[in-house]
Amino acid sequence: MAVKDRVPMREQDPKVRIKNFDEVALGYTEEEAILEASRCLQCPNPTCVAGCPVHVRIPEFIKAITERKFEEAYKIITSTNSLPAVCGRVCPQEEQCEKNCILNRIGKPIAIGRLERFVADYALQNNIEEEVKPEKKNKKVAIIGSGPAGLTCAGDLLKMGYDVTIFEALHALGGVLTYGIPEFRLPKRIVEAEIERLKKLGAKVETNVVVGKTVTIDELMEEEGFEAVFIGTGAGLPRFMGIPGENLNRVYSANEFLTRINLMKAYKFPEYDTPIAVGKRVAVIGGGNVAMDAARSALRLEGVEEVIVVYRRSKEEMPARAEEIEHAIEEGIKFEFLANPIRINGTEDGWVKSMDVIRMKLGEPDSSGRRRPIEIPGSEFTMEVDTVIMALGTSPNRLIPSTTKDIQVQKWGGIITDEDGRTSRPGVFAGGDAVTGAATVILAMGAGKKAAKAIDEYLRNKK
Amino acid sequence: MRKRVLRMYRIVRKEVLNPAVKLMDIEAPRVAKSAKPGQFVILRIYEKGERIPLTIADYDPGKGTVTIVFQEVGKSTKLLGTLNEGDYIADFVGPLGNTMEVPKGAKKILGVGGGVGIPALYPKLKMLHQEGYKVEAILGGRSEEYVIFRKEMEAVCDKVYYATDDGTLGKKGFVTDVLKDVLENDKEVDFVITVGPVIMMKNVCKMTKEYNIPTIVSMNPLMVDGTGMCGACRIEVGGETKFVCMDGPIFDGHLVNFDLAMTRLNMFKKQEKISLELYEKEHGGGHHGR
Ligand SMILES: Cc1cc2nc3c(=O)[nH]c(=O)nc-3n(C[C@H](O)[C@H](O)[C@H](O)COP(=O)(O)OP(=O)(O)OC[C@H]3O[C@@H](n4cnc5c(N)ncnc54)[C@H](O)[C@@H]3O)c2cc1C
Ligand SMILES: Cc1cc2nc3c(=O)[nH]c(=O)nc-3n(C[C@H](O)[C@H](O)[C@H](O)COP(=O)(O)OP(=O)(O)OC[C@H]3O[C@@H](n4cnc5c(N)ncnc54)[C@H](O)[C@@H]3O)c2cc1C
Ligand code: SF4
Ligand code: SF4
Ligand code: FES
Repeated sequence: MAVKDRVPMREQDPKVRIKNFDEVALGYTEEEAILEASRCLQCPNPTCVAGCPVHVRIPEFIKAITERKFEEAYKIITSTNSLPAVCGRVCPQEEQCEKNCILNRIGKPIAIGRLERFVADYALQNNIEEEVKPEKKNKKVAIIGSGPAGLTCAGDLLKMGYDVTIFEALHALGGVLTYGIPEFRLPKRIVEAEIERLKKLGAKVETNVVVGKTVTIDELMEEEGFEAVFIGTGAGLPRFMGIPGENLNRVYSANEFLTRINLMKAYKFPEYDTPIAVGKRVAVIGGGNVAMDAARSALRLEGVEEVIVVYRRSKEEMPARAEEIEHAIEEGIKFEFLANPIRINGTEDGWVKSMDVIRMKLGEPDSSGRRRPIEIPGSEFTMEVDTVIMALGTSPNRLIPSTTKDIQVQKWGGIITDEDGRTSRPGVFAGGDAVTGAATVILAMGAGKKAAKAIDEYLRNKK
Repeated sequence: MRKRVLRMYRIVRKEVLNPAVKLMDIEAPRVAKSAKPGQFVILRIYEKGERIPLTIADYDPGKGTVTIVFQEVGKSTKLLGTLNEGDYIADFVGPLGNTMEVPKGAKKILGVGGGVGIPALYPKLKMLHQEGYKVEAILGGRSEEYVIFRKEMEAVCDKVYYATDDGTLGKKGFVTDVLKDVLENDKEVDFVITVGPVIMMKNVCKMTKEYNIPTIVSMNPLMVDGTGMCGACRIEVGGETKFVCMDGPIFDGHLVNFDLAMTRLNMFKKQEKISLELYEKEHGGGHHGR
């Protein structure tokens, strides 16, 4: 059986988009969405749904699209996924829902993510809202951290009628969605709109509160009357390599680089006050989404001529989303595979001048199942770069466990919970990157959902 | 643009301490309640502003206010200086960083402060004084009017020495010139706390090392989030990389790589200049508020 091709999504021309921070992918029109939706076989036993961590009812919402019932499609999606405009854009679909689509056997899978995005954008443009009027329960729950885990947990609890306050350390909500993922991949107006919906549901918000410093969990529970707490503080602590020269000027962690650009809008300096300093040749170390985001952001800054991603494995092992790797290549990002920095060299007055790198080869698979990179002795070479961005991954911050009674953590800092997000301390729940280490938006949301259920159960049984 | 309705941070008192330095009490009850000596805040003046760190110079949990003292050196601090009592600051987060520890058995503590390091030193000496330690201080600045917080310091110190570049107050010279005299003559001093320009802290530490007196410093690198998320604030202490906002700002002064710290403060010099020039052009340079 022949299948029709996937309907392509319009994108900004690479030559144009490397000069701006506007969104790269432009979304489907109604007609395009209907055309793509009509390719779906409406499988009676849809394998795609099993691939989605929050089990979006995929064939149902796709069917609604073919019938032009976009509002209904939206309600179907939001019955299990509270941030569809975000997920449609940033989920690693090729590893999840789309990987399991039956059409993979004979052609390209349904563009589930793009359709989800279409429906969510339609709802935002047309001010479609979920109608919920829950019965108020006079019980206060504190949500710590406003990334996807915290926002999802808050949303579900609000819909159940709880009195929810979100505490966020930064001045803006959204977690990585706001400070990490760039505008050209996830416009901040989308994140803000999702947050506005939560506020309409009655969420109270306190920004500029670093729990563990400004106030502790013990104080929230013992003095401020919060009966349950959800910790969704993410995994924000950046790793460095520990090689010589890493503290030279113009060596950044990807987190610093992206925070300056996304949260502080340094790409609009001097209109915005936060600066960013780059030279002409930028090296980005790493191979994940964070590395792609840092590289593509760097390329868009004034004065940057060349951006090279240095990754110790080969292209096949890169953990970044396939679509983002393709976008990076289209935009002219260069890649130095099977290479690992060993030293950053500086000028006399402390600025990056070049970077020494060693060649790697792939050995036996390691515990992650990926082939382990091994140094090739004597293969060192020097790259002339003046800016280095370390995108090596992040781990959970220990601030909360170290200031809260009875919260157990793993050796690497992850908070220990059961399946449903219960920590070792009654009334305290956790989920998202703070528990799993750096993972994905949809997994963090799934954890927030499970925890909301567990919190509800806990508060119902608590007398 | 995000609307802020809930918590804004009101300026309840403003004082001009000298032509370059201002003091403000900011309404921030949560910060005031949890603050400890040595800690700092990060504030953002308005929607397009940057996040700048300032030391907590004093705090009043009863009134819910936090005192900051800042020197106008660039766009953000100059802009802050134009605000008045009753105005609001968009964001004010803290208290951040660690607090100091005094070695067991220490009896007589010497504080050495320069410029806006003096108000930053103040809450530490105040607490030690209240805890019953003998406390003395050496304070310095360009000239008499730059040596601020004298009344406050004299109230919590058994003795205060002064040093000014031009000799208008105390000894003519640097705080280290006075420090040498004190350490030569007073063998009781067994702990030094120094806060001020990096170069001053470096020289103080060099001297106290010769006399083998444990010394702590309060570092002031560039920062963004102040919660350990970015690493902008990293310095080297004893050969290891540390994040000042989480591991500091207080460190063993004999282990800090001050030269690296000074280099890293230059990272955005070019951009800071652009920002300041643009600001002064728009606001008719030298505007200092009331
Ligand atoms: C650059 C980048 C690109 C990414 N791209 C993708 C992608 O394309 N697809 C994908 O699925 N995933 C992607 N990820 C991963 C994904 O963003 C994360 O897995 C997800 O955001 C985790 O959600 P979270 O809610 O657990 O934590 P976070 O999003 O990290 O949010 C945690 C929040 O808690 C706040 N916080 C921390 N400590 C405290 C405290 N003590 N008190 C108060 N608040 C606190 C933080 O400021 C933050 O706002 C990317 C990550 C990065 C960094
Ligand atoms: C933990 C901590 C506590 C601090 N406490 C105080 C305080 O109590 N009072 C106070 O006046 N300042 C304090 N600072 C310094 C203050 O944050 C900076 O002066 C301020 O951010 C400058 O912003 P700006 O935009 O006005 O100037 P910019 O345009 O950023 O800089 C102008 C000039 O000041 C220098 N500069 C910039 N940042 C710093 C810095 N962090 N330290 C020293 N020099 C700098 C620049 O190199 C440049 O020459 C503290 C810094 C830290 C990290
Ligand atoms: S939430 Fe993510 S995984 Fe689930 S259907 Fe949507 S795009 Fe696919
Ligand atoms: S598996 Fe593919 S074709 Fe089948 S219902 Fe899901 S999306 Fe449609
Ligand atoms: S200021 Fe970002 S980690 Fe310290």
